[in-house]
Amino acid sequence: MKFTINWLKEHLDTKYNEEKIIDKLTNVGLEVESFESQSSEQDEFVVAKILNTEQHPNADRLSVCNVDIGKNKIVKVVCGAPNAKKDLITVYAPPGAVIPKNQMKLSISKIRGVTSYGMLCSESELKLSDESEGITELPSKKYNNQIGKKFFKNNKQKVIDLSITPNRADCLGVRGVARDLSAAGAGKLKKFDESKIKFKGSEKIRVKIIKEKNQGCSTFGSCLIKGIKNTESPKWLKDKIIALGQKPISAIVDVTNYIMFDLNRPLHAYDADKIKEGIIVRNSKKGESFEALDNKKYILQDNMCVISDKSGVLGLGGIIGGTRSGTELDTKNILLESAYFYPKSIRKTSKLLNIDTDAKFRFERGIDPESIEEGLVKAAILIQKICGGEISKPDVQKTETFKKIQIKFSITFFQSITGFKVAEKEIMKILTNLGFVIKKKNNDLNLTVPSWRPDILQPIDIVEEIARIKGYDQIKTELPEKVRDKPTLNKQQKLFHFLQRSVASKGYLETVTWSFTDSKINQLFKEDMNEVKIVNPISSDLNVLRSSIFSNLIIYLKKNLDRGFKDISLFEIGPIFNGNKPGQQKIVLAGLRSGKVSRHNWIEKERLVDVFDAKRDAIQSLVEAGFDQNKIYISDKAPSYYHPGKSGSIYLNKNENNPVVYFGEIHPNILKKIDIKTEALVCIEIYLDNIKETSKKLKDQKIQYQYSDYQKSERDFAFVIDKNFKVQDLINIISEVDKNLIRSVKVFDVYEGENIPSDKKSIALNVTIQSSEKTLKDEDLEKINKLIISTVESKSGAKIRS
Amino acid sequence: MSDIIKIKEKYLNKLKDNLDLNAVNQLKSELFGKNGIISNEFKKMSSISIEDRKKFASDLNSIKNELQILIEKKIQNIQINEINFKLKNEKVDITLPERSFNRGKIHPVSQVIDEISSIFSEVGFSVQEGPDVENEYNNFTALNTPENHPARDMHDTFYLDNRKEFLLRTHTSPVQVRTMLSGKPPFKIIAPGRTYRSDSDQTHAPMFHQVEGLHIDKNINMGHLKGCLNYFIKEFFEVDKIKMRFRPSHFPFTEPSAEVDIGYELKDGKIIIGEGDKWLEILGCGMVHPNVLKNVKVDPSKFQGYAFGIGIDRLAMLKYGINDLRAFFESDYRWLNHFGFDPLDVPSSYRGLSR
Repeated sequence: MKFTINWLKEHLDTKYNEEKIIDKLTNVGLEVESFESQSSEQDEFVVAKILNTEQHPNADRLSVCNVDIGKNKIVKVVCGAPNAKKDLITVYAPPGAVIPKNQMKLSISKIRGVTSYGMLCSESELKLSDESEGITELPSKKYNNQIGKKFFKNNKQKVIDLSITPNRADCLGVRGVARDLSAAGAGKLKKFDESKIKFKGSEKIRVKIIKEKNQGCSTFGSCLIKGIKNTESPKWLKDKIIALGQKPISAIVDVTNYIMFDLNRPLHAYDADKIKEGIIVRNSKKGESFEALDNKKYILQDNMCVISDKSGVLGLGGIIGGTRSGTELDTKNILLESAYFYPKSIRKTSKLLNIDTDAKFRFERGIDPESIEEGLVKAAILIQKICGGEISKPDVQKTETFKKIQIKFSITFFQSITGFKVAEKEIMKILTNLGFVIKKKNNDLNLTVPSWRPDILQPIDIVEEIARIKGYDQIKTELPEKVRDKPTLNKQQKLFHFLQRSVASKGYLETVTWSFTDSKINQLFKEDMNEVKIVNPISSDLNVLRSSIFSNLIIYLKKNLDRGFKDISLFEIGPIFNGNKPGQQKIVLAGLRSGKVSRHNWIEKERLVDVFDAKRDAIQSLVEAGFDQNKIYISDKAPSYYHPGKSGSIYLNKNENNPVVYFGEIHPNILKKIDIKTEALVCIEIYLDNIKETSKKLKDQKIQYQYSDYQKSERDFAFVIDKNFKVQDLINIISEVDKNLIRSVKVFDVYEGENIPSDKKSIALNVTIQSSEKTLKDEDLEKINKLIISTVESKSGAKIRS
Repeated sequence: MSDIIKIKEKYLNKLKDNLDLNAVNQLKSELFGKNGIISNEFKKMSSISIEDRKKFASDLNSIKNELQILIEKKIQNIQINEINFKLKNEKVDITLPERSFNRGKIHPVSQVIDEISSIFSEVGFSVQEGPDVENEYNNFTALNTPENHPARDMHDTFYLDNRKEFLLRTHTSPVQVRTMLSGKPPFKIIAPGRTYRSDSDQTHAPMFHQVEGLHIDKNINMGHLKGCLNYFIKEFFEVDKIKMRFRPSHFPFTEPSAEVDIGYELKDGKIIIGEGDKWLEILGCGMVHPNVLKNVKVDPSKFQGYAFGIGIDRLAMLKYGINDLRAFFESDYRWLNHFGFDPLDVPSSYRGLSR
């Protein structure tokens, strides 16, 4: 919503200066987006100084000037003026500028083989005088510190641009803005100039609103003006239209636009001679079409509100008119339309046809249904003033009578919501100034809502009106009490935050990537999950919700690899999606590590990251989060995007149904498909929703601390065992030989090759044995050794290596 | 008698020489070995008369002690000298790099969410979450934004089905709806999370983060709202003074509604919060609309309260001097390293939010 201060003052009698008006607008809730001078074509002409001149190499009468045009810019300009000399201050026009004298648009051009960037102008070219001998000479005393500044003073009025919230339809007209300001004490709302007009006759064009279901129009006012001479608008009107950021068209169009922005009353003007036998307001039929004033042809659906005549559709009511009945400069007789269209109908139609116009924007928010005649009359008078003609008596057709809303408002309600008090008298004054009609009854106010405020429906709306006019600075600051009745985070949230920081502490950088991704990449990771398509994605490579965090993370890893980084660890914790219904999502932490460990290190041997790095990161994080390492169970199953031989899953204990972690190398085929070049790439995924909430807190899970001071012994074993036999099972067999005595089992060597059958491997283990009751004697140790060997051999088919 | 004194003097003399470890050990075994001189003197004990024996024993013991101590000292010195000699060759270039370590980082958005949670935790808010995928009712209708309401145009919505029933939430406000529908007042929650709008340019990302706040109880009014936000802004920016301005605005789900600006000034191109005469819009808020309360089965004649919504990314940008919103989501290794936070740097009220 744009207007100038002077325009505002046509409605508001105020002593406020610009600054105070701007502040007041902000304070009543009319947000000032900008308050600036309109840009002008003449802004491009700047004061410039010739630094030096050289003879043009190919033309005796031309010189090449180096010109300082301000902001540390120096340009070369070819100039034929004899007075173009060093240190001359003159006016420079850049490429793109339009020379006032001949309306020529400048471009970068070669003049006899030398490129000239713009032009130095003579007074005649600038229309300052008839002087065309040589370029403008500006007195250096006055202009020496103006180099680079605009030469022409911009004396256009500053334009206020308001961002009007969708509830404030009434402030889409200057008068509405003035009314709010006056209620807030910024001045007095001027009374309408009630000049009586004389109607000549009651000739009219017949209008009929068809009574049908979904009829989008309730009232249609019209006024016939005959014998006019359409013309260019007078200057005052043109200036207003330009201030709105629009182009003046003709007096008739400009007047209807002016009334719309002035009073928030959209109008439409038809060439009356082009209407065939009267107007019918009706629902459209599917397939009807018309050519609109935006020069587009629209094909209509059923039930759109159209203004039509015998020959068909003239326009879409309240949205856009048609070319068939449009006014032109030779139009003689016009029919003005001032109507009420239902917001819902407007919105539905404009959405379907994807049309946005100033009229649609206003009708959609709700126009004052009682402004129909006022708008007609005001426009008709203006048109008559500019174009002459005779005005017939307006005609208003109605299918429904507008009823004003009544609200019962209790004054104490205001304080209970806002926390501060406004005296009853002042409340009444504010509401009266806003246009409410008040009847006081005991402590209640019976309010009649003004017809231009469709947003006000219930007492809370009244609270807001009083509060915003009185000023939000009246609201007190009640500092909060530092009391906490409930824990801030629940267990799952704590786990989320713990794992996030735990994984980060393993050297991973946390990222946040979109929840959507490219379906082509997502397919590689989605397994049997449902892919969720976005109906209206912002681009085709962000067209589905991610089924895996890797769909994004791996692409960003690739981008970083392409930047030349090799050893990268990234992770993200966030949602993945399995359906388009609320709740069909899971929280996953996914991490990727690429490249080497200890690259270019003088003391450590560098090596590729491998699946056991990933496994360490996952298990260490779980253990830090409070899960028992001894209960953790590893399976070699993992989703298909993992390397089939170098991946696995982690269960918090053997009896759980769902793994909490997958880890491993990414499948080489996927790396190939995405074209990732890295020496090694491993990853982890932690499924937070698969981690069941424990009923006890960690502090309650700990049993009493027991330790043994008796001597502990270590024994080493080496077993030759089937290649496929899992070390995890071997360790379990040993641990379970005597849970009281065997404190730990460590694997210190795995060997395949020479001296070992090709289907076997050798596993070397270190077992710690300690009793909590006594110091073990040699024969005790011997006994347990033998038991370990015999148990392992019988349960696993392994042989102790001698 | 004089024998043992002679022995003593003889050996004291010998021990004065500059001896190596072997030589000292040689002397030690000469004196104290199985057939050592001193050992032999002890064996003589029985042959000495009882009256002399006591003195002899005492003298011999003291000589023995003296020599023993001397020898041990000598051995120790030699050993220390040997170590010192060895150390001369054990000097490493300590300026060589240490063993490698990898430092991980927490994303600024996560860090700021933790900061926000810590601040609101102090005044009794608990954290609630809701799904990213929402239904049209929770995201709009329940929040007093019916179909055909122009306010819906302000939210460019991503839809997940052609009937526009399911969508990516455009704000965190549906968490209000879920929270109130599933419980009984009072409610005092914040809800941080991802939000989505289908526009994308330099200052808008299709996904961003918001934190919703909701406090519903008896007699909660706009003064409490102002106080709560005043407290939050001050704590968050870690400044003593904050200039804050409530400006009337419109959101369908709150009434009266306000936008909140904070004062700032530019110093050397950096934004300084809390001073100056420029205003920066940072959040929207208001009293929860009675229609919303009715929709979630809370009686507006008994309960009332406020709600607010804050852009987390923007807060992070302001506090930590990050210029480009898009960079938050581009996972550039260098950016993450530069703006990320150490995982041990957990914001808390007693240690301070930021270091």
